Amino acid sequence: MDEGTELSMSIAHIVQRLKGSHLHSQIERQAKDCLHRPEIKLESLKEDVRSFLKTSGWEKKLQNAIYRELHIQLPPSHPTAPLEHLKEPLAYMRKAQASWEKRILKSLNSMSTELGVPLARKRPGAEQKELTNKWNEMGTDEPDLSRFRPVYAPKDFLEVLISLRNPNHDSCEDVSARSHWGLIQVPLNVRDIPQLRQAHAELNLSSGQLGIDDLAHVHPDLFENDYVQIGKKVVMEQDSAAAQQYSRRGCPTGLRADLWALILNSTNQLQDMMHYEQLRAGVIQHNLLVDNLIYKDVKLTASNDDYYFVFEDFLYQVLLCFSRDTAVLEHFKYNSATPPKSYLHGKVGDEEYAVVYPPNGVIPFHGFSMYVAPLCFLYNEPSKLYSVFREMYIRYFFRLHSISSSFSGIVSLCLQFERLLQTHLPQLFYHLRQIGAQPLRIAFKWMVRAFSGYLSTDQLLLLWDRILGYDSLEVVAVLAAAVFAFRAENLMEVTSLASAEAVLADLSTLKVIPLIQIFLFATAI
Amino acid sequence: MNEVSSRQPVACAAKPPVYLQIGESKAEPVQSGVCVVDVPLPCGKPVSVEEITFQNHYTAYVTVRLLRRPSGQDGPTKWVTALRDLPLMDNPHTERGSQDYHCIHRTQMLVEADHVVSVRLILRQPSSAWLTFSLEEIKIFPHMEPEPQKEVSDWLSDLILVDQLPDVEGLPDPHTVSSSLQQMWALTEVMQTNQTTASIGRFDVDGCYDINLLSLT
Repeated sequence: MDEGTELSMSIAHIVQRLKGSHLHSQIERQAKDCLHRPEIKLESLKEDVRSFLKTSGWEKKLQNAIYRELHIQLPPSHPTAPLEHLKEPLAYMRKAQASWEKRILKSLNSMSTELGVPLARKRPGAEQKELTNKWNEMGTDEPDLSRFRPVYAPKDFLEVLISLRNPNHDSCEDVSARSHWGLIQVPLNVRDIPQLRQAHAELNLSSGQLGIDDLAHVHPDLFENDYVQIGKKVVMEQDSAAAQQYSRRGCPTGLRADLWALILNSTNQLQDMMHYEQLRAGVIQHNLLVDNLIYKDVKLTASNDDYYFVFEDFLYQVLLCFSRDTAVLEHFKYNSATPPKSYLHGKVGDEEYAVVYPPNGVIPFHGFSMYVAPLCFLYNEPSKLYSVFREMYIRYFFRLHSISSSFSGIVSLCLQFERLLQTHLPQLFYHLRQIGAQPLRIAFKWMVRAFSGYLSTDQLLLLWDRILGYDSLEVVAVLAAAVFAFRAENLMEVTSLASAEAVLADLSTLKVIPLIQIFLFATAI
Repeated sequence: MNEVSSRQPVACAAKPPVYLQIGESKAEPVQSGVCVVDVPLPCGKPVSVEEITFQNHYTAYVTVRLLRRPSGQDGPTKWVTALRDLPLMDNPHTERGSQDYHCIHRTQMLVEADHVVSVRLILRQPSSAWLTFSLEEIKIFPHMEPEPQKEVSDWLSDLILVDQLPDVEGLPDPHTVSSSLQQMWALTEVMQTNQTTASIGRFDVDGCYDINLLSLT
């Protein structure tokens, strides 16, 4: 298809999506109301209304909404390509994802049968009242969760990724020039350092960065003060695209909450708050087995973390509502995963009684709550926190736990990590391989959580600034390789997987941006 | 996009692909990475090709050659190259583009795709990483004369967008004009179908959401 047709199709698609949205009716109302204004002349009605919408900021809001749609739009595709091809073009990956999902569903079904806990049931009235009263302090509850276990942990998922094979790939076991030493054996396109340098040009050694040039020993006039001024201007302009570009060199702590909300086009207007209330009502009315999994996950991970345990109640409020949100189902158009289905009243096969379980189609795994925890530092209002988290999930985090060939998908990130290590630290990689400590086995848990819970929070937020700024998770793979490069000397001395893990156990003192910058721009190629 | 679904591909069957081998002896043929797929069109009817669509299966480059018979029945035929080495995969060694759907339109071709009797696709896959490569679901769509579009909405819109000609005698009252404009606006809004993509948000069916087992199919 030529570019002109592609563009018109994109435009038509976005117009269709924005039609009937709340923004659409707001702009219409504004346009009607402005007709009373004196500067609107009959002869130049169209232009006058347009310039009014521009000066009052509504055109900017529309631009931001369109920019958001572009982020989640499917890439242009051939008209005969089936829907499943749009979710994931490679047939063997679709198959692997489907069989992984089947395993999870079987596991969930058997957990429900063994424990005698239904997957979903309506709460009796008294229980609903109790939960409403306890809504703000669910953390004080100590339900008996010992019988529940997480559906899967990242290491189970890693085994599935390791076993991914392309049936058409000639992977002979002999060592050859194109041997790949790592665990991922699918030949996906991943970018190497020269390409990453081009794509992440703003991180180069001669550009000021937050995370490097705002440290105590650097005078603020050299970089920080001017950068913060620019940031304030960006927030005042309320421009999504500008905020995204700005975020590439970091967001100042005081402006980060507003900037991220701008980039994600996450508003907290009346209809968002009402939507959150609707979700809350859904939590109170129905009890899901998945709720227990969420409780267990929060208790096991975030509550045990020095930085995040204070946010326990927030995490329940966000994650329980997240499970009830059917708006999340939209992201399955571009996610290789498929939401689990069930039939009510035992009417299997009758589509009238088909429902999705959980309502948002996402089954949480061990560590899922760590996607939300860092955001609690930025937003203290539950509906705003929820809105930002949901947008981050449907743009980025879903790619970390589904099998796909996407650039930002976890399979590509793992392969990129291994390739970077093999190309630039071959001695280290070979040594670790020989002692049975494949680097991916250590780095996988960092990447699946986008380093949440492993770095100190200020460093983590600086990393997530770049994820938002570059609209890609590749910096996560780069950071993983950079960490290995940083600790290379110590790692060369270890002689077992356990000691390698011990060397890399504590990342809380690392400064991430210098590591990324040095790895990308100071590595000899 | 209605034109796409209403057109029919030419009824033809691609011959089995012929993989070219290097090496004199039949005992140890070496894959050359080149394969030829011939698609003969039904004889007796030279076709004007509009589009060729296919799904890729690990082919890196495709060359399209056409056998044309420009001067009517029983005239001489000539092979011409319509497209040379169109890249289907960014990098022959990696997966990107390996299973994508493509279409080649007549406007992309170097020659006029008229009076075509047979189409030959020459596939190249220089990388030794793949066991096989081919193209699937090859369909050839003939060039069709565009039908006169029957625009039902044309006369409807004529009814709605009535030009308000100002009175020739004296100037019209601006307030009445602006209020009638607003009424017209409201009328067009009512007439427009307002299809919203927003969902209602309910996950239960008539208040019931009691689930016991997940469906595995």
